[in-house]
Amino acid sequence: MEQNKIICVSCPIGCRMTIQSKDGKITSVIGNACPKGIKYAEEEFINPLRILPTTVKVIGGELPLVSVKTEKAIPKKLLLEAMAEIAEIEVNAPVKIGQVIKDDLMGTGVSLVATRNVKKVNSNLPIYKILK
Amino acid sequence: MKLEYDLAIIGAGPAGLAAALEAEKNGVENILLLERDKYLGGILPQCIHNGFGLQYFKEELTGPEYAERFIDQLNQDSPNKVDIKTETMVIEMTPNKRIIAINRDDGLLHIQAKAVVLAMGCRERTREAIAIPGNRPAGIFTAGTAQRYINIEGYIPGREVVVLGSGDIGMIMARRMTLEGARVKTVLEIMPFSTGLIRNKVQCLDDFNIPLKFNHTVTRIEGEKRVERVTVAQVDKNLQAIPETEEEISCDTILLSVGLIPENELTREAGIKLDPVTRGPIVNENRETEIEGIFACGNVLHVHDLADFVTEEGEIVGRAVGKYLKRDRKFRHRPIKIVPGDNVAYVVPQHIDFIVPGRKKIKIFMRVKKPAERVRINLLDDKGRVLGSYKKRIVTPGEMVSVYLPEVILDDKIKNITISIKRD
Repeated sequence: MEQNKIICVSCPIGCRMTIQSKDGKITSVIGNACPKGIKYAEEEFINPLRILPTTVKVIGGELPLVSVKTEKAIPKKLLLEAMAEIAEIEVNAPVKIGQVIKDDLMGTGVSLVATRNVKKVNSNLPIYKILK
Repeated sequence: MKLEYDLAIIGAGPAGLAAALEAEKNGVENILLLERDKYLGGILPQCIHNGFGLQYFKEELTGPEYAERFIDQLNQDSPNKVDIKTETMVIEMTPNKRIIAINRDDGLLHIQAKAVVLAMGCRERTREAIAIPGNRPAGIFTAGTAQRYINIEGYIPGREVVVLGSGDIGMIMARRMTLEGARVKTVLEIMPFSTGLIRNKVQCLDDFNIPLKFNHTVTRIEGEKRVERVTVAQVDKNLQAIPETEEEISCDTILLSVGLIPENELTREAGIKLDPVTRGPIVNENRETEIEGIFACGNVLHVHDLADFVTEEGEIVGRAVGKYLKRDRKFRHRPIKIVPGDNVAYVVPQHIDFIVPGRKKIKIFMRVKKPAERVRINLLDDKGRVLGSYKKRIVTPGEMVSVYLPEVILDDKIKNITISIKRD
């Protein structure tokens, strides 16, 4: 029998829940105020997922970076490895919001997408004119 | 250059954008949006994390995506109605709605507006504001400054980090710096509870095993050119450091997430009265300040924890400006004051001024002083009689609370309605 303590984030109450498990299966959840807690406990215990928001280097853009995110949540345990893979990526300006920056990140089947627009730099103009 | 507008909006963050769009939908035609930064969206483009839009769009977006929805609408729906001036700094506003602003292209601008919306947002409290003793080395940043360096400009401000304050930006930056390869040693919170959202505590700190120490603060910062170490200590009930508990932590970076202050210099100079607790103007249900036709919304009015609520407030103002310009409104004989009672730090709006046919209820926002569970929020009249009552499972200072004031209880005999939160 194992015990894990987690805090439910389904709502501001933030129930402190104790999950009891045996052989990787939940046997009981204590401390939840509502059924959402059980669902959250199950997801968090079996395969916790997170959306990963970060940035990617832009070549020739009005800004040095474009903000990106994983289109869907990926396993929490892959976050740091995913960051290492994303660090290698460079993208050419212009970048459009929603543009796929990388397909199938780390074999998860989830794409990395841009979350903003970055215009191309026109080097003949001063930067404050370009940004207009 | 001299300009005339029906509505001038100062600040193009979520509050200013929502106010512009909603004013336009409500028939206001001649609108000017003034923004000091190079781009629209205020702080949103640097808030690259997800969690925006769950209330307003019923879907989860990042900050830049949330901003883009409004900027898109502004570009598509109102190419003629809203004039936008970026990199334009407002330096003065008078009570009769004259605005002086400057930018590179136009030089000095004199703008006469019929209505003004204040949407300047807030800024972070700095090290000086909390006065930590010690040296003055490099490596001390507010969390939001570090956020801009990392997410917009592409610099990592340090490698070994101590975060002071458990505000949302502090926790979000603890995660962000960890993901970018820095080591966040600890997050210190002087209060016995977190001042940020529970979700951020779990997903930013617990996920990465970053310890959050309550009742702790930094008592000394040391370092020659760069921060080398901090001394941290537990505090007693009066928030005084206990010397015996002091310990040194080596680090090269300190991030401060110790609160936000509404940016009301323009408001103050115009002589508009501020609420000492919110540090924003005192407003009626239209978010109109004591000067008729000057409105305020978003973090300049009171610090919100969700951008979604800022948008909601910007829209209230947008509609109110429409009615103000059409003179389509009727004042009560005297305003009804909304007064913070037990465990209520502040309320917004602070008074109800209008009679509005068909209005059923008015939403009142507030923040509690201390966390409490299983409480009752009571609306009390001048004699302490309960006019309305709501049950709430939990209230914490980190999460704004709202209740509806039913229109039917607004009697002309009532001068004050006190909101009190007590254990049920």
